Amino acid sequence: MALRARRSDLPGTKDASTRFVPLLIALMVFLAVLALSGLMILQGLTARWERDIKGTLTVQMPVVVSGPEAEARSHAKLEAVLNILAETKGVLQAQPLPKDRVIALLEPWLGSEALISELPLPRLIDVTTDPYVAIDVKALAARIEAVQPGATVEDHRVWLGRLLRLARSVELLSVLVLAMVGIVTSATVVFATRTGLAIHQQVIEVLHLIGAQDDYIARQFASRTFIQGLKGGILGMILGVGSLFGLGAMARSLEGGILPEFWLTPGHWAALVLLPLAAAWIATLTARLAVHRALARMT
Amino acid sequence: MRPKLSTESGHVIRFESVGLRYGQRPEVLEDVSLDLKPGSFHFLTGASGAGKSSLLRLMYLGQRPTRGLVTLFGQDVATLPRDKLPALRRRIGVVFQDFHLLDHMSAMDNVALPLRVAGVSEAEIKKHVPELLSWVGLADHLNARPPVLSGGQKQRVAIARAVIARPDLLLADEPTGNVDDTLATRLLYLFEELNKLGTTVVIATHNESLVKRFSHFRLHLDHGRLVDPPPLRND
Repeated sequence: MALRARRSDLPGTKDASTRFVPLLIALMVFLAVLALSGLMILQGLTARWERDIKGTLTVQMPVVVSGPEAEARSHAKLEAVLNILAETKGVLQAQPLPKDRVIALLEPWLGSEALISELPLPRLIDVTTDPYVAIDVKALAARIEAVQPGATVEDHRVWLGRLLRLARSVELLSVLVLAMVGIVTSATVVFATRTGLAIHQQVIEVLHLIGAQDDYIARQFASRTFIQGLKGGILGMILGVGSLFGLGAMARSLEGGILPEFWLTPGHWAALVLLPLAAAWIATLTARLAVHRALARMT
Repeated sequence: MRPKLSTESGHVIRFESVGLRYGQRPEVLEDVSLDLKPGSFHFLTGASGAGKSSLLRLMYLGQRPTRGLVTLFGQDVATLPRDKLPALRRRIGVVFQDFHLLDHMSAMDNVALPLRVAGVSEAEIKKHVPELLSWVGLADHLNARPPVLSGGQKQRVAIARAVIARPDLLLADEPTGNVDDTLATRLLYLFEELNKLGTTVVIATHNESLVKRFSHFRLHLDHGRLVDPPPLRND
């Protein structure tokens, strides 16, 4: 069966308002795709950071001075610190990081392995803690300091707190961008609808005089705006998703994992695909309300 | 089609001391009082600029009076909620002087418009609209758009649109202005047929010979006032 276009009483010819709306909505949806995907990626990253860092401590022992005697002393102090950790309530595991692991961690920042292995490196102890038991980190640090002067205990909370605050600010900014996109889309549709009303004044007058309800006329504009909004929205989404693929490819090409690996889940993709529909729906609702308001001023 | 509805107060249109002015200009209608009974047929006569079109505009709710009381189908239009006006308008068929046809639509779609607005099914529309257009001599122009139609053809489309929904009140502003005498007479017979079915008819016209041929009540306007109709000129 052949598809038939829904009948409209408005002229099908393109006017200034019908040309403008799809382009603007394409731009708005493009921005919304970027803002929303940024928001979702950040939410994923912060959740992962919290998950990874919660329940861990790192003890950093001072740099080992070379020489067999110094190394033996350092080893004894390491054992003593491990004993303190083992006796501390809430510590599940304490594992000194092997030297090659420390080198691997520093390699992206300092260069080749050979060069790093020449450097005096601190000893690191990776501590796994019970997230449900509160550990007095200050007291623990003092006890370790007493055994090994210069040793520090890093519970990552300060660093994570700062990082999370930054992430939350960026998330808030993304939400604001999305809200602005919605507002600008609505304002533009109001403007375009008013222009459309002025262009089609004669049609509206005739419909009005033969007894069309305001909603009958408003539906004509709304369904036209929905089609325009959807066309523009799909174009904007294609451009936005294309840009995301481009950014993803660029991020993956950076060596050394400076940028964390990020990608979107199927749920996130579904949200992005729904954006053109959401934009078309906002535009439709706005057009309908704008026509109702304009018609309410008629006799 | 919709059954004829009787008015609650026994009149279709009632004007009491109605005045109308556009902006700050002098009144184009002054103290107009009239009472049109259901099923009546009136010619509205008067010189150009006497206020015929303005009076019709008040009747089809295209304009609100500056003063006075306008009652349509027993309802005071000034106090009627806005959302009730479309239903009232659907009971009125109007033939506008400048036709008010939609250029982007075919003759058939123009005529079908009042039915579509009233929610009539497409099957009904396809049955009745070509029938009426054939009756007014436009069977070969169903799909023609107004820009390609002559003045007389446009007028017939406008008349067909005004009568297609069998209105309770038919208002026509110079409906025979662009057609020859034979067709004018034929159109008047159509209006009379509708009138016999209960439609109240008001026709504004300059065509005195037509008014003479069809003996109906006359409302005569002179400088915005309803006056006793002067005798018609002999042809």
